[in-house]
Amino acid sequence: MSALIAIHDLRVQHAKTTVLEIKHLEIERGRVTALVGPNGAGKTTLLLTLARLLKPADGAILFDGQPLESISKLDYRRRIGMVMQDSLLLDCSVFDNVALGLRFRGIPGPETGRRVDEWLGRLNISTLCTRKATQLSGGEAQRVALARALVLQPTLLLLDEPFRSLDEAAHTGLLADLKTLLPQTHTTTVFATHSTKDVRELADEKIALKSGQLGE
Amino acid sequence: MPFSELSEITLLSLKVSGLATLLSLVIGLPFGTLLALSKFPGRGFLLTLVNTGMALPPVVVGLAVAMTLWRSGPLGSLHLIYTPTAIVIAQVIIAAPVVTGLTAAALQSLDPRLRLQLLGLGASKAQMVFQLWREARLPLLAALMAGFGAVISEVGASMMVGGNIRHQTRVLTTAIVLETNKGEFERAIALGVLLLIITFLINYALTWIQQRGKQ
Repeated sequence: MSALIAIHDLRVQHAKTTVLEIKHLEIERGRVTALVGPNGAGKTTLLLTLARLLKPADGAILFDGQPLESISKLDYRRRIGMVMQDSLLLDCSVFDNVALGLRFRGIPGPETGRRVDEWLGRLNISTLCTRKATQLSGGEAQRVALARALVLQPTLLLLDEPFRSLDEAAHTGLLADLKTLLPQTHTTTVFATHSTKDVRELADEKIALKSGQLGE
Repeated sequence: MPFSELSEITLLSLKVSGLATLLSLVIGLPFGTLLALSKFPGRGFLLTLVNTGMALPPVVVGLAVAMTLWRSGPLGSLHLIYTPTAIVIAQVIIAAPVVTGLTAAALQSLDPRLRLQLLGLGASKAQMVFQLWREARLPLLAALMAGFGAVISEVGASMMVGGNIRHQTRVLTTAIVLETNKGEFERAIALGVLLLIITFLINYALTWIQQRGKQ
């Protein structure tokens, strides 16, 4: 199995302080990788760097064997999907939220509609289609955020603590659904979490971070 | 005052203030967005300048524009003084900081992570900005209303650069001042009520659009 992402001598700084330093790391294609570590360990920084939303001070990241700098930021970001710690939905309907990334990519309306319907179904939220995103519960909102990322059929899916704000029941339900969906889509996934249960249930690989460096 | 003159004054008021508000939006929306979303040296100073500009006394703006447009002024050769164009220029200077400042405040009030999320979903910079405008549509419409309110109600600048010339640059506010000075209080009050009704109707329409967007 080849690496989709290869990181060499990566260093990310914030206000001239090094917040992430990784000598070598590979993320295998089609695998689900958990990023674990305490708060401030650098999990979100690594995800934002992988999404090219943070610029590293040093080092190289290869995507599919190509240096990231050789791919335009927009082209690269249109090959990934991202869900941040909070669902960060827009003030419009669930359908329009899920369709957002497809519209950014200029996907025609009928195909957008078909794909959005499909993913609303796969995440068991078809009944919410016309509901305003501001009227959703935390669990529903996080399902919409995941549908919004998965509908893009990304090569790389980045999830930053996707279950953080969910109650136990919503957490368990979403975890079970992702456990089914991610292997079906073969999407290379990196997710940050504090929960050993999430790692056990969802991850093929585990990367531990501590104080911005790879840990045990 | 004959009805034809009254409608002429009313239409000129709407034309001048409407155009000034539109131009202020064209200037203020992108400039306010730049101030809210970019980091560059001098940004804080520019924001302070814009916020100060929101409280510019119209009469001071009128004086500055008049001195610039007078025949002996640096732009005197354009022969714009005492024309509706001069009033539009002065009103843009009054309204643009209002629209700019309130646009910047509206965008800064959004969750800063939303920008990252939109980019992470594959938005180009233009698509991201458009979505942020859409998300901040309620306060942005309030900025537009505030800009229009500032110019439709001002009298000092219009008087100084327009000259309140009958059939040429007389607008509702300058007409009210004239009638008051003449002791024609009933006419002044009637014009004042007309101005209030027009302002109410325009703001009612904008508020309807604003609140419909909220539902």
